[in-house]
Amino acid sequence: MQTSINEPMEKTGNASQHATLIQPLNGQSLNGVKTHISVRNLNISYGNSQILKNVSIDIPDKKITAIIGPSGCGKTTLLKTFNRLIESSDGIKIEGEVLVDGENIYGKNVEVTNMRKKMGLLSQRPMPLPMSIYDNIAYGMRIHGIRKKSILNERVTYYLKQASLWNEVKDRLHQPATKLSIGQQQRLCLARGLAVEPEIILGDEPTSALDPISSQRIEEKFVELKDQYTIVMVTHILRQARRIADYIVFMYLGEIVEHGPAHELLENPREEMTKEYVKGVIS
Amino acid sequence: MVLPLRILLDKVAGKSVLCLSVLIGSLLFLIVGGLYFKSLPILESHSFWDLISKSIWKPGKEQFGFLPYILSTVYITIISLTIAVPLCILCSVYLSEYASKRVKSFVTSLVDILAGIPSVIFGIWGIIMIVPFISDTLAPAFGQEDTTGYSILAGGLVLAIMVFPIVIHIMLEVLRTVPVELREASLSLGANKWETIKKVVLRKAAPGIIAAIVLGFSRAFGETLAVLMVVGNTALIPHSIFDAGYPLPALIANNYGEMMSIPLYDSALMFASFLLLVVILIFNVAARFFMMRVERRMS
Repeated sequence: MQTSINEPMEKTGNASQHATLIQPLNGQSLNGVKTHISVRNLNISYGNSQILKNVSIDIPDKKITAIIGPSGCGKTTLLKTFNRLIESSDGIKIEGEVLVDGENIYGKNVEVTNMRKKMGLLSQRPMPLPMSIYDNIAYGMRIHGIRKKSILNERVTYYLKQASLWNEVKDRLHQPATKLSIGQQQRLCLARGLAVEPEIILGDEPTSALDPISSQRIEEKFVELKDQYTIVMVTHILRQARRIADYIVFMYLGEIVEHGPAHELLENPREEMTKEYVKGVIS
Repeated sequence: MVLPLRILLDKVAGKSVLCLSVLIGSLLFLIVGGLYFKSLPILESHSFWDLISKSIWKPGKEQFGFLPYILSTVYITIISLTIAVPLCILCSVYLSEYASKRVKSFVTSLVDILAGIPSVIFGIWGIIMIVPFISDTLAPAFGQEDTTGYSILAGGLVLAIMVFPIVIHIMLEVLRTVPVELREASLSLGANKWETIKKVVLRKAAPGIIAAIVLGFSRAFGETLAVLMVVGNTALIPHSIFDAGYPLPALIANNYGEMMSIPLYDSALMFASFLLLVVILIFNVAARFFMMRVERRMS
């Protein structure tokens, strides 16, 4: 089935129908682990250049999946297809399916804001909204209709604690978020994402702009959170993937070369290309 | 010891660019000082407060009340701001956030061409289109039958149209500096496009948007020709937007060089120029101060 932004798919089908259609990819089953996101025959092109080539992958539920590969291999593009942010680029053509909980998110009847609410996003550089620390966390909740001050207060506190930021900011909740250090800003962005109660956390090299201590705190947070959330992160740091990932997807030039449980892929890569990347011959 | 030529040249170059910069920097003071000096005669025979608060203008009897001119200038500016600011913001939001690349570059180039049109053409266009539209359609609709159409509303409209291109151009630049990732952060929380624009993009761009408005209107404030052609030039305080007015720049342009035999007339016009300049300076400084406060609140 093919689709693009301008020509939404003719037929979407319902969730249960899709759920039965999903089969583990050839020879690379997820060992009985539930799948949360499934990508099927995804092709993305921009003008004449094809950014993703026939990508199919299953992302396991409540695990940390790391997408690794050299710069420009399509990691971030793949990540952005998960919450349809890819659509905001002008002239992008999307073909294929991305199923979240069995439902094709590129389907005709999908309400994009509801779908995005399911996923928190951490970008490379922390992007606090131009408002106070408190309002940053409350922003998503207010958009989704929570107005009551007491509920907002309670949840802002809760999610700031979840992101281990509460003690550092509790006395200055109404100061601009940009006054925080960059590491604190990234934890704020995490708290802000968690506050809309997503199922999935997407990270686009979320530690690349941070100092080692701040990076470590984000990594620790991810490990803590994976019991409740499915985490997908793009990283170019192989050691990071080794430290925290349960599952690894290796991409090269817009294609998935290999994917599998982290230790298997890192210790015994099947493909020559993966071997070279893991050894550091290519990077 | 003889300095090698290239070292000497380096020193000369450094000093001469410094001199030129100082010269350009001091221009403002020279102009303000010159105008003030030339308006001294009228300030000696009339009090400053009388000049700006009285509304009778009879130069032959040495009565110089600038109030009608000042109010006309202020009213025209307010009218054009009221029309132009929302339109400029909405237009630049459309172009930067909604329009496809092709539409954007097409409309942007149209807007830029508009910026290059000489003001006399806007004035003529105002006379043949806006003035009759006001006298035949708009004013009667508001129950004002006896207007010629030459009014402060016409002046404000022409002015608004003249500031569109420059303000839109700067606003587009400002909106482009808002990082894509910031929009994505808001979208990823489930906000829709309009919520993102209203609560995040415009908020982030607020200082720049204010700067764009100030820049546009500093130029518009003193815009003479086009406004003078449609505003009616009557030295009375306008009581409705359909009344004629007489802004300060028009007063200066219409009369300088004429009626110079009347004592103090020359000085009165210099005072008008001085006043205009001071108002624009205050406007600029106030806007800058406001902008700094907004910036501090944001970051």
